Amino acid sequence: MSVLVDDDTRVVVQGITGGEGKFHAGQMIEYGTNVVAGAVPGKGGQEVNGVPVYDTVDQAAREEDADASVVFVPPAFAADAIFEALDSPVDLAVAITEGIPTQDMARVNKRLSEVDTRLIGPNCPGIITPGEAKLGILPGNIFESGNVGLVSRSGTLTYQVVSNLTERGIGQTTAIGIGGDPIIGTDFVDALRLFEDDPDTDAIVMCGEIGGEDEEEAATFIDDYVDTPVAGFIAGRTAPPGKRMGHAGAIVSGSGTGTAQSKIDALNDAGVPVGDTPEEVADHIESFL
Amino acid sequence: MKLHEYQAKQVFADAGIPTPPSTLADNVDDAVAAAEEIGYPVAIKAQVQVGGRGKAGGIKLVDDADEAREAADAILGMDLKGIHVDRVLVEGAVDFVNELYVGVTMDRGEGKPVAMVSTRGGVNIEEVAEEDPDAIVREHIDPSFGMHPYQARRAVYEAGVERDVANDVASVLQTLYTLWDDRDGADAEINPLMVTSDREVVAADAVMNIDEDALFRQPELAEMEEDAAGGDDLEAKADEYGFDYVRLDGNVGIIGNGAGLVMTTLDLVDHYGGKPANFLDIGGGAKAERVTNALDMVFSDENVDSVVFNIFGGITRGDEVARGINEALEGFDEIPKPVVVRLAGTNWEEGMEILNEDLVTVEKTLEDAVQRAVANAEEVDQ
Repeated sequence: MSVLVDDDTRVVVQGITGGEGKFHAGQMIEYGTNVVAGAVPGKGGQEVNGVPVYDTVDQAAREEDADASVVFVPPAFAADAIFEALDSPVDLAVAITEGIPTQDMARVNKRLSEVDTRLIGPNCPGIITPGEAKLGILPGNIFESGNVGLVSRSGTLTYQVVSNLTERGIGQTTAIGIGGDPIIGTDFVDALRLFEDDPDTDAIVMCGEIGGEDEEEAATFIDDYVDTPVAGFIAGRTAPPGKRMGHAGAIVSGSGTGTAQSKIDALNDAGVPVGDTPEEVADHIESFL
Repeated sequence: MKLHEYQAKQVFADAGIPTPPSTLADNVDDAVAAAEEIGYPVAIKAQVQVGGRGKAGGIKLVDDADEAREAADAILGMDLKGIHVDRVLVEGAVDFVNELYVGVTMDRGEGKPVAMVSTRGGVNIEEVAEEDPDAIVREHIDPSFGMHPYQARRAVYEAGVERDVANDVASVLQTLYTLWDDRDGADAEINPLMVTSDREVVAADAVMNIDEDALFRQPELAEMEEDAAGGDDLEAKADEYGFDYVRLDGNVGIIGNGAGLVMTTLDLVDHYGGKPANFLDIGGGAKAERVTNALDMVFSDENVDSVVFNIFGGITRGDEVARGINEALEGFDEIPKPVVVRLAGTNWEEGMEILNEDLVTVEKTLEDAVQRAVANAEEVDQ
């Protein structure tokens, strides 16, 4: 079992004719993902990676019965592409694009409150259910099917922690990269709820970083709702206030909110051990299983 | 991207927000001439992007030409918190009776814009927010509905702004939101918004930060960027190379891919008793040239005694990275600082084979690589 995606998921790739979209659609197919269509305005009728391309997401979803979309559209057009996915028959949109203007995401956020479609991202590596489907750019070979759910704000940190787990023979139900932007679709609380409700997920890893208060909210949620054991990691303990550490969302504000310490304290208070190193996170998870 | 005060004031003034008369000057004579033209008293303000300019001696109020000369002479050329002052804004002093605060920013928790008003302007607003959060009135804006005049009025009356200036303050707030919205602002703030003895409102300071991801559609503001970047030489160089880079004060140079993993590498350096010299994210899918540039950057930081290169490849390929490292190091007769490399993920085995182990130390795990780099730095330090 898994959350959100599996080998039945039928995927449309928005931006499949672009460099990134084409390459990663190919990688997704190679991994075994059921990619059924591409959607690129003006490119309908073409075929890429053996997959038919349609002009609109609506057409692609209708003709190929797609239920999920992955967005590889450049930042200037990405919000429009996300709106299109949200307005189409697909239930899940995964936005990989990095660098979408924040005000565009505020409008997307507003739209999300009016529709039932779920958004993952943007600025994220995507989602993978090992051995079944990957929607995004995660390197499939480091994952292994198993019983640990993982949710993370950062791509390469996800890979690091996953490899620490996989090396010990600990596999994953599903890994979700929720993205490093200030405004995102699915957040920690949403992902934790999905894993808590998944009977096959026996432990959860949550990788956060400095900036915002999502980790603190997640800690409150864990305290109230989550029985599955959770281990945490927080990146950015050494980040100075006021400096953006790469991700648009990763900044400790001048007034001291969003610090690693406040997140670690909140998680500890909710009974979540936080590893000092990725290796220690794997130690905690091993002790849960 | 942060605009300088003089740039932000210009943008605000063009939109119709009242600002004091002012002139930018880069030498003492021009500063004095500007002061004479505006009429005393005037404020002479260093145009550098550091907080607390006033306390650090970067803002002086003067009453005549002699004082203006003395102040301009003292401020031009001074170092304010490490930043060289090469321009001052000469600005008419405002005869104020009250200092307010107005601002617009993105509330990331709510995922929507928020307009703010407080009667406690003129001080650090973040401190006010902490000790007395109710002193700042927040009006959340639905971005698809926009900000309407009643919302600006509601915030202003709720904040307890005096009735005779309430309409003017509401109008400034409304204009500020429109600017923030049109110009892809991250934050727009006026602190203080002064109420004069003539019961007029004037923006005595101006803060405007632009969302860097939106500069592609703000060509006019993007042009200001070079001017506004300033500051640390290495950070300017990083801009040129297109790296996410933050300079810190330690001696272990850090290069990696992906913000979260690079931050984690910094944290591990600290965990194992070292001090990180920088944050440098080469980004996803980096080719050999980017790797060479990254090493060049870190080597040119004289504080760096040792370097750790940590790559977990997803779209970044280990063989490309390894080629870049070899290329960068083969150019030296002697490697300037010891380099530890750890490659994982896509094509890491190929990368390990390519790496010239006469030039670098290779470690298999993140933890080992960081510990080795910390030890190298300690050795050099002794």
